[in-house]
Amino acid sequence: MDRDTLISLYRQMLLIRVFEDRAAEMYAKAKIAGFLHLYNGQEAIAVGAVSALAPDDEIVVNYRDHGWALARGCTARAVMAELFGRATGTTGGRGGSMHLVDVKRHFWGGYAIVGGHLPLAVGLAVAAQYLKTGRVTLCSMGDGSTNIGTFHAALNWAKLWNVPIIFLVENNQYAMGTAYEVHSAVPMLTKAAGYDMYAEEVDGMDVLVVHEAVCRAAERARRGDGPVFLNAVTYRYRGHSMADPDVQRSKEEIAEWRRRDPITRFADEVLLKRELATPEELAAIRKSVEAEVEDAIEFADNSPEPPLESLYDYIYMQPVSHMQISGSLIRPPKLGGRVSPNGKHH
Amino acid sequence: MPEITYREALKRALREEMQRDPTVVIWGEDVVAYAGGGAYGVTAGLAKEFPGRVRDTPIAEEAIIGIGIGAAMGGLRTVCEIMTVNFTLVAWDQIVNHAAKQSHMFNGQIKVPMVIRTPNGHGRTAATHSQNFDAWFASIPSLKVVAPATPYDAKGLLKTAIRDDDPVVFLEHLQLYSTRGEVPDEEYLIPIGEADYKRRGKDVTIVTWGRMTVESLKAARILAEEGIEVEIVDLRTLRPLDLSLALESVRKTNRMIVVEEGWRTGGLGAEIAASVQEVAFNYLDAPIARVAGLEVPMPYAKNLERATLPFAEDVVAAVRAMMQNQY
Repeated sequence: MDRDTLISLYRQMLLIRVFEDRAAEMYAKAKIAGFLHLYNGQEAIAVGAVSALAPDDEIVVNYRDHGWALARGCTARAVMAELFGRATGTTGGRGGSMHLVDVKRHFWGGYAIVGGHLPLAVGLAVAAQYLKTGRVTLCSMGDGSTNIGTFHAALNWAKLWNVPIIFLVENNQYAMGTAYEVHSAVPMLTKAAGYDMYAEEVDGMDVLVVHEAVCRAAERARRGDGPVFLNAVTYRYRGHSMADPDVQRSKEEIAEWRRRDPITRFADEVLLKRELATPEELAAIRKSVEAEVEDAIEFADNSPEPPLESLYDYIYMQPVSHMQISGSLIRPPKLGGRVSPNGKHH
Repeated sequence: MPEITYREALKRALREEMQRDPTVVIWGEDVVAYAGGGAYGVTAGLAKEFPGRVRDTPIAEEAIIGIGIGAAMGGLRTVCEIMTVNFTLVAWDQIVNHAAKQSHMFNGQIKVPMVIRTPNGHGRTAATHSQNFDAWFASIPSLKVVAPATPYDAKGLLKTAIRDDDPVVFLEHLQLYSTRGEVPDEEYLIPIGEADYKRRGKDVTIVTWGRMTVESLKAARILAEEGIEVEIVDLRTLRPLDLSLALESVRKTNRMIVVEEGWRTGGLGAEIAASVQEVAFNYLDAPIARVAGLEVPMPYAKNLERATLPFAEDVVAAVRAMMQNQY
């Protein structure tokens, strides 16, 4: 990997870190509402994985999706605007934090029902196999999603039909607040072994290790050797979401994992040690990242809310030809709609 | 015009659409090997005609539908067969949280051209295998829901559903599979979202769909002998709901009965009755009445099953009562 690529990995991880810290601030200021699941600590996984895939490989992830969107090339502006619920966000304010998407970049979205997106990802891989596009699908998930029925149904089917998919567990060792040993009966790789699936355990705090593992996995899947299962062991520094008081994890445990920080480690052990960058250069990168996120916040804050008239857009991709009166289609009076005596809706 | 069964009409629709578009695929439990294709024979023979495109799947409805959604996102047109509507419950998350959310929540970036074919019905199979969730499906924004009553409608609507870019829940009926009706050999399509008059009459408007259309037609023949002419509006599509014919008809007859197979509470009949009276109250000479299934888990015993479901005789009784101003 050349210097520019390594620097780029560093910058992306740092961008995610700074973005998430500022998003937490914006949440505290009530600029962001609902659930906000931050990616701090897990940056090496999204950045390492995305850098190992082709631009048209498919990516499907769960609700902890800001890092994935940024790593896939969504702008900090579009992601922050989405968190603010603005028209300029990745879904124009429809989906919010948990449902970022950018299909032009083959980023098929964040999904917020635990385990619900696994079958979708297998379906994308089946389509790629059927249409012979040569694309690999990467499906990331938390360790907490590996006990629900869709996990087992998806792994069984993927193996059965030999589809080109990478199941990437971002194993941060907690299903919301429930520790791995409380939610799972067997070690993670045993679950993959149950479906005779090629599997590896990787250090999810090391961006180069993740990158190489996903490269190997993608190569396997692309050449027709079927699904691959990766257990990337990691840790999230913050609670499950901003609503989590994070009382169940010890300070010592969190501190221990922070000592293995993927960004600091990468800077110290790779960039500085190999003299690929000077401390001044890294400081300059931090400065540019901070400016980018500051600009994203200003952009989001100054962006318009989505227009009320857009509320019904894309209810259907193919609207029915004549929209007669229907309980489901009458526009509420506050949008200026009414029902006329002849029953047509206006 | 040649007469064929509802089952054969569905199969012809599948065959024609698979011939027309190589991205159409069929997945489901026992759609290939078992009994030659399909628990109820709809896909019989198609796997041989279209190698690699009709596939048996594990018994995992959440995966059949979820993988169908993903494949539709990725460029296929998936037709997922769920053996009976009862088993869609296992996949409810995929239908409601995924199929029905993609286009709107992702602001038009994702489309899901998928059909979920599944039959309503009963037949001495007791409570877990004799249910009707039409009203649930029809209450979900962004789904299209279709429930054809005749072979003609079944074929034309299934072809349209397969070509549609939105997820379509296609409700068939076990008791209709062997019914026969005229279906032309030449190709035709029926638009989603358009109701149809199945009988014209001046006295009472019956609004119905699916099996109850057939029962209502039987009732109409009995009532005609008594000099009562009912008009039957077959909704055909349950979402988006086209009430234009129901309104047109009730302005003429001034009486309406909604006939549905499912449970009365929260049924689609309640929605229809409420919507119609909102715009046509002044035309009504009587309250809008409902004929619906009784609200019990379906018993196995023959007499109890029969008592639970609405049939033509219930429609006849309701119409007579309405004509005698007993509502």
